[in-house]
Amino acid sequence: MSGTFVGMPAFPKAAHEAVGNQTLRANLRHATHTIRAKRANAVAEVSDWAELREAGKRIKDHTLRHLDRYLVQLEESVTAAGGIVHWAADADEANRIVADLVKETGESEVVKVKSMATQEIGLNEALEAEGIRAYETDLAELIVQLGKDRPSHILVPAIHRNRGEIRDIFTREMSEWGRPAPEGLTDTPAELADAARLHLREKFLRAKVGVSGANFMVAETGTLVVVESEGNGRMCLTLPETLISVVGIEKIVPTWRDLEVFLQTLPRSSTAERMNPYTSTWTGTTDGDGPGTFHLVLLDNGRTDTLADEVGRQALRCIRCSACLNVCPVYERAGGHAYGSVYPGPIGAILSPQLRGTASEIDASLPYASSLCGACYEVCPVAIDIPEVLVHLRERVVQGGPVTREGNKVVLKPAKGHGAERAAMRAARWAFDRPGALRAGQRLASRTRRLHPRTLPGPGKAWSATRDLPAVPAEPFRDWWQRTNGGTTDEGTAK
Amino acid sequence: MSSRERILGRVRRALADVPQDDTPYGEAVARDYLREHGARSTEETVELLAENLADYRAVVHRCGADELPSVLARLLTERKAATVLVPPGLDEAWLAEADAARVADRMESGAHELDRVDSVVTACAVAVAETGTIVLDGGPDQGRRRITLVPDHHICVVRVPEQVVSSVPQALERLDPARPLTWISGPSATSDIELDRVEGVHGPRTLEVILVG
Repeated sequence: MSGTFVGMPAFPKAAHEAVGNQTLRANLRHATHTIRAKRANAVAEVSDWAELREAGKRIKDHTLRHLDRYLVQLEESVTAAGGIVHWAADADEANRIVADLVKETGESEVVKVKSMATQEIGLNEALEAEGIRAYETDLAELIVQLGKDRPSHILVPAIHRNRGEIRDIFTREMSEWGRPAPEGLTDTPAELADAARLHLREKFLRAKVGVSGANFMVAETGTLVVVESEGNGRMCLTLPETLISVVGIEKIVPTWRDLEVFLQTLPRSSTAERMNPYTSTWTGTTDGDGPGTFHLVLLDNGRTDTLADEVGRQALRCIRCSACLNVCPVYERAGGHAYGSVYPGPIGAILSPQLRGTASEIDASLPYASSLCGACYEVCPVAIDIPEVLVHLRERVVQGGPVTREGNKVVLKPAKGHGAERAAMRAARWAFDRPGALRAGQRLASRTRRLHPRTLPGPGKAWSATRDLPAVPAEPFRDWWQRTNGGTTDEGTAK
Repeated sequence: MSSRERILGRVRRALADVPQDDTPYGEAVARDYLREHGARSTEETVELLAENLADYRAVVHRCGADELPSVLARLLTERKAATVLVPPGLDEAWLAEADAARVADRMESGAHELDRVDSVVTACAVAVAETGTIVLDGGPDQGRRRITLVPDHHICVVRVPEQVVSSVPQALERLDPARPLTWISGPSATSDIELDRVEGVHGPRTLEVILVG
């Protein structure tokens, strides 16, 4: 499988293939249902969940509305604490900055903490092109990297793999990357985790450069926060001499105190724990404790374009907890790969088309990768109204209109392939504006109901391939209403 | 134009809809969530800490201050620890009865040396009862971040009740963001393989917490 998302087919095609994979569906069902149940318990433990959710939403909204101010404040605080701040407008620039920083150290390998931002910009591939090897150290990311695979979930990137598959990948691939898997490795999770521990430890102990993301950056103090479970994060943040953190500009919170909200909502929402096993914070550099050099790369890469959309900007509140994936009926069946982006599931369906624009087939299809059931909004710990943004983006795809791309205002053309939808909407408006025509059409439809096909012809074929066409009633509702005086005179059926 | 100016310019243009007199930070966030969940006596708070620590598979012990040296000695013996790493400011009396050879955390000692150490004993900065979390802030009795990371066995001593708070908000108030902080809730763990929880991937596989007082 290719390690890149470029050239992915549109969501309906990718999802159609994924849904046919029985192993994948079983793995996904087990995982999403397990986390879903645990999460509900963890959230029920705190009686002020609604207040915490509202506070999280407001903190993020306030920050986004004054992002320029907080970015400048963060830069000052990090610099004052001994860090070096770099700004990257897009993926290429971020990759070049990191590659140059690594080269300056004279090293040709780095250890990485799982980071969605570096996935998003394709950092590993960019470093490889410069002769630098990047080792993923999160267990799931290691499975993905060794399997030459792509992550399929925000929190548990190898959710699509079961223990047997993981054993096979370790046995086959570990020797290519360093210490081979132990002889006779079984598929028990404890043994597999132990194999990963041994494999990665030699890399941690010799690493001179670490690359990370961050869950939060505190503007007031210049503090960065990484929330994790395994300790690989602590290894990468502590043992190397140089630390390079690539962080999206939306990860800022104004004050130290704001962490009291997110350190309560993030663990419960993501892994369904009262608290994740390890949280590390660092403020610039500390003499003799941790890396002596700290670089922070602030990444835009479509975030300011997203910010320019007054409806869509709420997607930048996301704290990457992944709760929306685990409750989504579409994600549960199609899996993360079908979304063709680093951010899968409901949040991916609104974040990716905003970060990347809707020009490609996959990005234009993502706002449709949802049943609009609203479960994602219900669980979101920062109350992102994902259905609202989905509908907003669908309208943009179909109608086109003004958007911001790479900082410039442009007018988007309506996407191809939605001609039938636009024609249907125009026809509907015409009919609803003309009650007589609507009535005549409805009566005609009722009388010819036995002749209607089971599937739609032409562009409607794809829609009816996976759905039953609604049955046309024997009598239009408005006729029934008139005949029975709103149901008060005669309960009889159609004449 | 530098990328800094370009990004800040884009942010400002993107926020053209936000009025100049937008709600200031102090008023933008309603902090009507709880400072702690439920009313507990001091002893109940300590009890909750012990429960939640154990729930995440930390091994919890309780003793009086005078018993601490013998408890530490016993735990190290049970672990068959030949060497024990000690932060520079740890109370020497704590390890007075332990047989294991003391290893000091020296600046020049590399990660490989730490990897050969059997156990590490530290104090902590604060402990959070509701979440079962101990927080280290790099103080002299806790040492550098790496010493509680590389060795496989960590014993952490919490002074109760004075180092115990109920909740995350109360813990943050006590901590200094300028210091490098490590929050530990149970030993290292992963759920990456079919969501089965496995203890100990990269950090210490065994965490023992002694509640003293």
